[in-house]
Amino acid sequence: MIKIYTPLNKKSVQRLKAGDEVLLSGIIYTARDQAHKRLVRDKGIGKGRGRDKGLPFNIENAVIYYCGPTKTPPGKIIGSCGPTTSRRMDEFTPQLLKLGLKGMIGKGDRSPGVCAAIKKYKAVHFLTFAGCAAFLNKYIKKARVIAYKDLGPGAIYELEVKDLPLFVGIDCRGRSIYKTKK
Amino acid sequence: MKIIKTVQIEKLVARLAIEANLILRRDVYSALRRAYLQEKNQRGRKVLKAIIDNAAIAREEKLAICQDTGMPCVFVELGQEVIIKGDLKKAINRGIEKGYKEGFFRNSIVKDPLFRGRGQYNPAMIHMNIVLGNKLKITILPKGFGCENKARLKMFNPTARIQEVKKFIVDTVKDAGPDACPPYIVGVGIGGTADYACLMAKKALLKKIDIRHSTVDRLTCKLEKQLLDEINRLSIGPMGFGGKVTCLGVNIETYPTHIAGLPVAVNISCHALRSASSSL
Repeated sequence: MIKIYTPLNKKSVQRLKAGDEVLLSGIIYTARDQAHKRLVRDKGIGKGRGRDKGLPFNIENAVIYYCGPTKTPPGKIIGSCGPTTSRRMDEFTPQLLKLGLKGMIGKGDRSPGVCAAIKKYKAVHFLTFAGCAAFLNKYIKKARVIAYKDLGPGAIYELEVKDLPLFVGIDCRGRSIYKTKK
Repeated sequence: MKIIKTVQIEKLVARLAIEANLILRRDVYSALRRAYLQEKNQRGRKVLKAIIDNAAIAREEKLAICQDTGMPCVFVELGQEVIIKGDLKKAINRGIEKGYKEGFFRNSIVKDPLFRGRGQYNPAMIHMNIVLGNKLKITILPKGFGCENKARLKMFNPTARIQEVKKFIVDTVKDAGPDACPPYIVGVGIGGTADYACLMAKKALLKKIDIRHSTVDRLTCKLEKQLLDEINRLSIGPMGFGGKVTCLGVNIETYPTHIAGLPVAVNISCHALRSASSSL
């Protein structure tokens, strides 16, 4: 089991291979499709782009978690918080990788374009236990909304995680767990 | 004649919404346990273990099984001897909102499909059916969209061979691949019209997966078994990591159709197939 920490660095990403099991600790940011659309718009690079308003968090070497949690019940840090389908973010991912994004956590496979971009920018796509949203709750130590509150579950949450269990889905060489399985 | 007040309906819907999202269906839970014993792939076993643990944590800590508490699909069987005092649809939608708020579930519905809008709890997808008797039966199926997005409909020629129909169903699962949270449960609707086939595919998911149903004839039963085997041979496995268990069950619903057609619809469910049912 490999332990890694955020922000990621070149060395920690480079030693990861598709299929590796990883425990991740540190700060990560949630973002779903609508938040992605806004991130590239706010950076002035997406469709309908305007001026660069900057991003709500430092994307350099950051990790984005594709997740829209349920409401937080009283006495809990966050609600159920499993991964959503990564493919829905494919359209925006290469642009964010170009800005310095290093890691993504989601479920399922990515498009060939995203695979190529992951390879080009030496990033990594992680998978975590899909459909295990209550199970993943216990790995979140702190949570707060930092942007796009009006998107509700699609808002950007800053999460502090401890030993979040992940699999390397696509490594920085562009290799996918789904092509090397068994 | 039996009179049912909308407050009763609202209460029942709220309770079922909470139950469906917190307590994994017993037949699905048992199938997952069996799958865990069957699966040889080490990563797959790990995933199945997490899925089984997740169900226990959800139940004990009252956390939704999946963060996608779905689009609530509500199936109503209304006995024709029942009189409802008040607005039935409003009562259902109020019940959904109440249950989802009490359970701290997600408000995943947008008002406009194209122009989106803020998340809200309803409207639910309500399917009404008038039946004999003096009971009102309500079933709630919160359907997550990771798997709903993989649904397919194909209008076959009536001369299509059964192999072609099978291939379409298996290919639908193959295309879903690792994305929609395997191991899957596959609902199939064959016959009727385009719209009705889709509804049957969804309704097929409500049937228990561990017993074959007397409403289905022997040939369809055989087809369900063949499809289950073929889908499992795809070796997608839990979370797409490969292995024996790609599908926990295939349920088929059929209906008479037109001489000129053969509609086939497939609705895939993730492993977190949730539904709850009760009557008034």
